[in-house]
Amino acid sequence: MIAQAPSSTSALPPAKLLVVDGLEQSFGGIMALAGVSFWVSPGLIYAVIGPNGAGKTTLFNALCGFYQPSAGSIRFDGRELLGLPPHRIAAQGIARTFQNLQLFFNMTVLENVMAGCYLRTRSGLLAAALRFPKVRREEWQSREWACEALELCELTDRIEQPAGTLPYGLMKRVEIARALATRPRLLLLDEPAAGLNDTESLALRDLIERIRASGVTVLLVEHHMPLVMNVSNRLLVLDYGSVLAEGTPDEIKADQRVAAAYLGGAVQYAV
Amino acid sequence: MRLAGFYVFAVAIILLPILFQDNYFVTVVGISAGLHVILAVGLNLLMGYAGQISLGHAAFFGMGAYASGILTTRYAWPAPLAMFAGLTVVGLIAWLLARPILRLHGHYLAMATLGFGIVVHVIMVQATHWTGGPDGLSGIPTLDLFGWPVDSDLRWYAVVAAAMLLAIWLSLNLIDSRIGRALRAVHGSEFAAQMLGIDTGRTKTQVFVVSALFAAFAGSLFAHQQGFVSPDSFSLMVSVELVTMVVLGGMASTFGAACGAIALTLLHAGLVVFEDYEMLIHGALLMAVMIFMPQGLFVGLDQAVRRLLRRSGN
Repeated sequence: MIAQAPSSTSALPPAKLLVVDGLEQSFGGIMALAGVSFWVSPGLIYAVIGPNGAGKTTLFNALCGFYQPSAGSIRFDGRELLGLPPHRIAAQGIARTFQNLQLFFNMTVLENVMAGCYLRTRSGLLAAALRFPKVRREEWQSREWACEALELCELTDRIEQPAGTLPYGLMKRVEIARALATRPRLLLLDEPAAGLNDTESLALRDLIERIRASGVTVLLVEHHMPLVMNVSNRLLVLDYGSVLAEGTPDEIKADQRVAAAYLGGAVQYAV
Repeated sequence: MRLAGFYVFAVAIILLPILFQDNYFVTVVGISAGLHVILAVGLNLLMGYAGQISLGHAAFFGMGAYASGILTTRYAWPAPLAMFAGLTVVGLIAWLLARPILRLHGHYLAMATLGFGIVVHVIMVQATHWTGGPDGLSGIPTLDLFGWPVDSDLRWYAVVAAAMLLAIWLSLNLIDSRIGRALRAVHGSEFAAQMLGIDTGRTKTQVFVVSALFAAFAGSLFAHQQGFVSPDSFSLMVSVELVTMVVLGGMASTFGAACGAIALTLLHAGLVVFEDYEMLIHGALLMAVMIFMPQGLFVGLDQAVRRLLRRSGN
């Protein structure tokens, strides 16, 4: 049960936290990703956008090890991730949320987030069953960590509630808190604003910025254009599994090809 | 007070034989109920918490029983050593079986575990030279705990009660820990569990082995207590009964499983007076519980009491 420790943090953060190079993924002859390359600097909010079916979620699933890409490479902090199973990738310091909620409905909010502390604790089956003193310490510690994450996500008043009884918007927050409890260096958010109303979207924007401020690099897939344009530092535009454009929000707004790919015309970027 | 419920339960178990001396339902049915509790609590770890069904759990129960029976009668091993050897073998077999079998989900897993249970049962019947075949294996000596022979109903009650409380305590500890949350995460969403760094294959294997060990432990005690084992005690029906106990009491609750095991054992013993109608009433009661308390007897009652307390509190 020894999880891989995150690599030692050097004094200077690397210029490229995540480097994706020539990533290809096909499903029965359909190229969902046709040679996607990009890189993400640490400390950024980096958004991936594109029309439905452009390959955004496929990219996330490939990054997390749920798919086995046929070609290319994914280097995270200098280490190759391709071929690693999801739980080993998580151990490298990557956490994610899911487009369709994957909350543990059989647990309370607090337990969901405490489950996120799995990689930060060590005790094995025997120690847990016999309740060794170190297990008691770890439990207490996990609770503290979980409460920190819940506080950041403004869920402190909900911790004892069964996760399934929360409103949809708060469930999505619990997923974010659970991902943060793993203490990731890179957080993947898959359509966090989907299904949220305008007030909730604004609160989400604040939350994403707080997460970045706490030192976590954020990779964001999102359809909600006002949110994406306001919150992200750089964007990657995918279309038919290929990179259509890459740049700052202003550069992307000015790009005619992006506008054409989205609506065949002008896009409403403003709030 | 994480273990408050446990202490209350333990006190009740200790008081029962003192309050009701020489009561058939305490010292005879009680022993059987206690063994069922160990089985159900172990199966609940796998089924209720990790969400993996096993329709072959009687096989592990039987292997524990036969290991103790064969080693003590045919090779004259001391009982504790035979028990330990049985647990080791069952643990090993469960571990070897877990990886391939737990790749399956839902109905397929049910079928595979069912098949395993049938195979083990056939071996018990056919390997006459070792198991005594359909006639069973008799003359199994009683347990001797360091010069303290367990040779009366009351002593057996004490041993089984201690073993049962140990099983419940281990289960409660396990669930409320890093490993327990990993189990429940596997049940909740394997995708999400993996992204939290949980090796789901390894976690499922671990709980399968633990669950099998609980069953083998109960089996070993059963063999020494009865002094006789036969394949009938480990048939497919027994596996189904164990699943029923867990579901009846309330899935994903240690006390739920214990409650289901006790309720079903008492029901069997109590309905004997109805003779031919026993199974009829038995089935009707199970249906009634599942219709009116789909979350299980214990969990349902627990929620009802909480609701009442809250209402009276207001």
